[in-house]
Amino acid sequence: MIDPTIASRLQFALTVMVHIIFPVMSMGLAPFLIWFTVQEVRTGRPIYEQLRRFWTKIFALSFVIGTVTGLVLEFEFATNFATFATVAGELFGGPLALEGMMAFMLEATFLGVFIFGRDRVSDRLYVVSSVAVGLGTWLSAVWILIANSWMQTPRGFELVTKNGQRVVTLTDPLAAYLTPRFGYMFVHMQNAAVESVALFMAGVAAYYVYRHHIRGQSVDAIAFWETTLKIAIVALVITAPLQVLHGDAYARHVAQSQPQKFAAMEAVWETGSYVPEYIVAFPTTLDGVFDPRTRELFGIAIPGFASWLVSGGNPEATIRGLESFSTRAPPVAIVFWSFRIMVALGFWFILLAFWSAFRWRRGELFEDDLLHRALMISAPLGIVAVEVGWIVTEVGRQPWVIQGVLQTADSVTPGLGGQEATLTLVGFVGGYTALLLLYAAVCRRIIRSGPPSPDELTATDNSAQEVRTDG
Amino acid sequence: MGEFGGLTSEWLFGLPLPTLWFGLVLFALGAFLLLDGFDFGIGVLFATGSKSERERLLAVIGPFWDGNEVWLVVFGGLLFAAFPSAYASLFSRYYLLTFGILAGLGLRGLAPELYEQRDDVRWRRLWGGAFVVGSTLTPFLFGLLLVNWVTGATATLTLHGVFGGLALLAFCVLDGVAFCQLKTPGPLAVRMRVHGLRAGIAYLALLLVSLAVSGVDLQSLVVLGCVFASVLLIGTYSWALRRDRPVGAFVAVGGVALVLLVLFGGLAFPYIDRGAGLTIQDAFISPLMANLMTIATAFLLPLVLSYFVVLYSAFSGPIESEESYG
Repeated sequence: MIDPTIASRLQFALTVMVHIIFPVMSMGLAPFLIWFTVQEVRTGRPIYEQLRRFWTKIFALSFVIGTVTGLVLEFEFATNFATFATVAGELFGGPLALEGMMAFMLEATFLGVFIFGRDRVSDRLYVVSSVAVGLGTWLSAVWILIANSWMQTPRGFELVTKNGQRVVTLTDPLAAYLTPRFGYMFVHMQNAAVESVALFMAGVAAYYVYRHHIRGQSVDAIAFWETTLKIAIVALVITAPLQVLHGDAYARHVAQSQPQKFAAMEAVWETGSYVPEYIVAFPTTLDGVFDPRTRELFGIAIPGFASWLVSGGNPEATIRGLESFSTRAPPVAIVFWSFRIMVALGFWFILLAFWSAFRWRRGELFEDDLLHRALMISAPLGIVAVEVGWIVTEVGRQPWVIQGVLQTADSVTPGLGGQEATLTLVGFVGGYTALLLLYAAVCRRIIRSGPPSPDELTATDNSAQEVRTDG
Repeated sequence: MGEFGGLTSEWLFGLPLPTLWFGLVLFALGAFLLLDGFDFGIGVLFATGSKSERERLLAVIGPFWDGNEVWLVVFGGLLFAAFPSAYASLFSRYYLLTFGILAGLGLRGLAPELYEQRDDVRWRRLWGGAFVVGSTLTPFLFGLLLVNWVTGATATLTLHGVFGGLALLAFCVLDGVAFCQLKTPGPLAVRMRVHGLRAGIAYLALLLVSLAVSGVDLQSLVVLGCVFASVLLIGTYSWALRRDRPVGAFVAVGGVALVLLVLFGGLAFPYIDRGAGLTIQDAFISPLMANLMTIATAFLLPLVLSYFVVLYSAFSGPIESEESYG
């Protein structure tokens, strides 16, 4: 049997890492779907109906899986982390309840109208429902990130004794719920979602463009895929550079507000100035390979660059080392490498965006097979970047579940048995593996069957408008 | 602290907030049972349908079930927000039961999506079966949890809990039958009626047995009153079904759900979690947070209800024959 604390932590890590894929898909698709719907209603052009109907299928599937996997997380705070739920509940439960009422309800009810109601409701209500669904997905992120950012940089509370236990009580709601961290997190997360979806769209569309234009195979609805590719590239050109820009600001904020996490991101053990920025670092001993906290490292570094980055231009700036904290360092290697993979992917996406834009400008977008391949490979990489980014955030704050207030190991349900915890962990490993495989299989099926063919469309294509919009 | 004035020290307008929030949590629970209840019931009835009937049954719940399920999210959220220690003690005590419910809900949510993906016999048998299992397991386990919760049982599997779980399953079936009468009048609905009548009898019998073996005081006013009201309402339901009065049947089901909540609240009071010895007053959050949440909820709850009005009126009346799940 696995120790209940370890099993609970592994289970939460697994369930949250699987869950995040689906909100990323739905939050990222939301602005696209609103735009497609508005354009469909406004212009009546069939391409927008195709776009809306095709991407709504992926959205609906992601939403359903997001609901069931999200519900698991909500209850895991109680089942596996009962001490956390008791200690933090007063501050943490509120945002979850508000997320349910303000965001999830909006999303789930109007999704019914959005998916099933095109022929049942007026154009106006249909557009409203698309906006409500999109707004719902983004408001969900607001409340979840308010709750999470409070755990990262807690304030606006006091510890009081209640029923014999030290628990958190709210003293200043504005301080607690509007932390600076929330702003950084929200911008970085939402932009990441749109960027991830843009990459996914571009990758899928590139596959068909490649088959049609490079391989010379006949592809149904090639115009649909060409348009999808262009839309995705526009979104990528906007989001990819922004992601790196505010990511940089976010990292500097972490250096100030969670110095231990930042030290782990950079693997800085000793406090000092002129801290080098390691591009890569490897253990030099065999034991070190299996020890995420090894200090026997060999790496390639830019001298003084970490100091320069963290201070915004001063190579002499001091960075606090992991040694200077009274708590044990988080598993440094995991945080260090996750951070590097995320940053590397961020720059790769910028390269991809500009490469695509350059080819498009020269009228060669459909001819560069190397670009098509790069886009295809990158289709899931936005999600990968989100995953490693969250690993930096959540593993990096260990051993704390609420920074400086409660340690993760102390937050697990007191009476939880190893057998029960192991049983559910094994269940989730099996169940979620199946879930991911099914999701991939169904997405593949949806993609292979492509958009609805023109004769299936219901949009009344107004030819007068067509002439006008096409100029 | 002065900036928040009286909000930090006393309940908003002197209202009895702990009790009000207990009621609010029960309201969300009731909305979940009544609304998702017919989704579960239709999931159970799905087992009895032919291929085309199955398609129709899925179309009946298609636009609604997701929104209905969110009442469970809201129920959990409100309980967590208002009574965090009870939320923690309750679901950690019934650890496996909670994950069983989540697994059931996962299966129920996923299965119809997958069912619609492919039109081959084995695939449809698999996911149709998964849909039935998820729709059966979830209310059964949820009923077991509710009965354990209200009686403060420390074991997961109790006799009165099992009867309570079966009673909730029967409730979902009668709920599903009533909703079918509203949404798909015709031979299918007529064929469903016999299931509704049986489920009504079963519900009453199982509820009585569960109460009898649970050791609660059967002669208390709340138990007697609720049993009596349930008998009347199930009678009304059966009468409405036979007389082809779908609205009447559904209203009667709503009444049954309301009585169930009153019974639950009456048996639980003054505890929010009897098993952990936590009263509603003990487990409630401090005044500042409680007041803010009360204000927020007072604005949000009417809004949420208006979403449901939009949803249910957009899809009001019987489904059209060409409407399908996909």
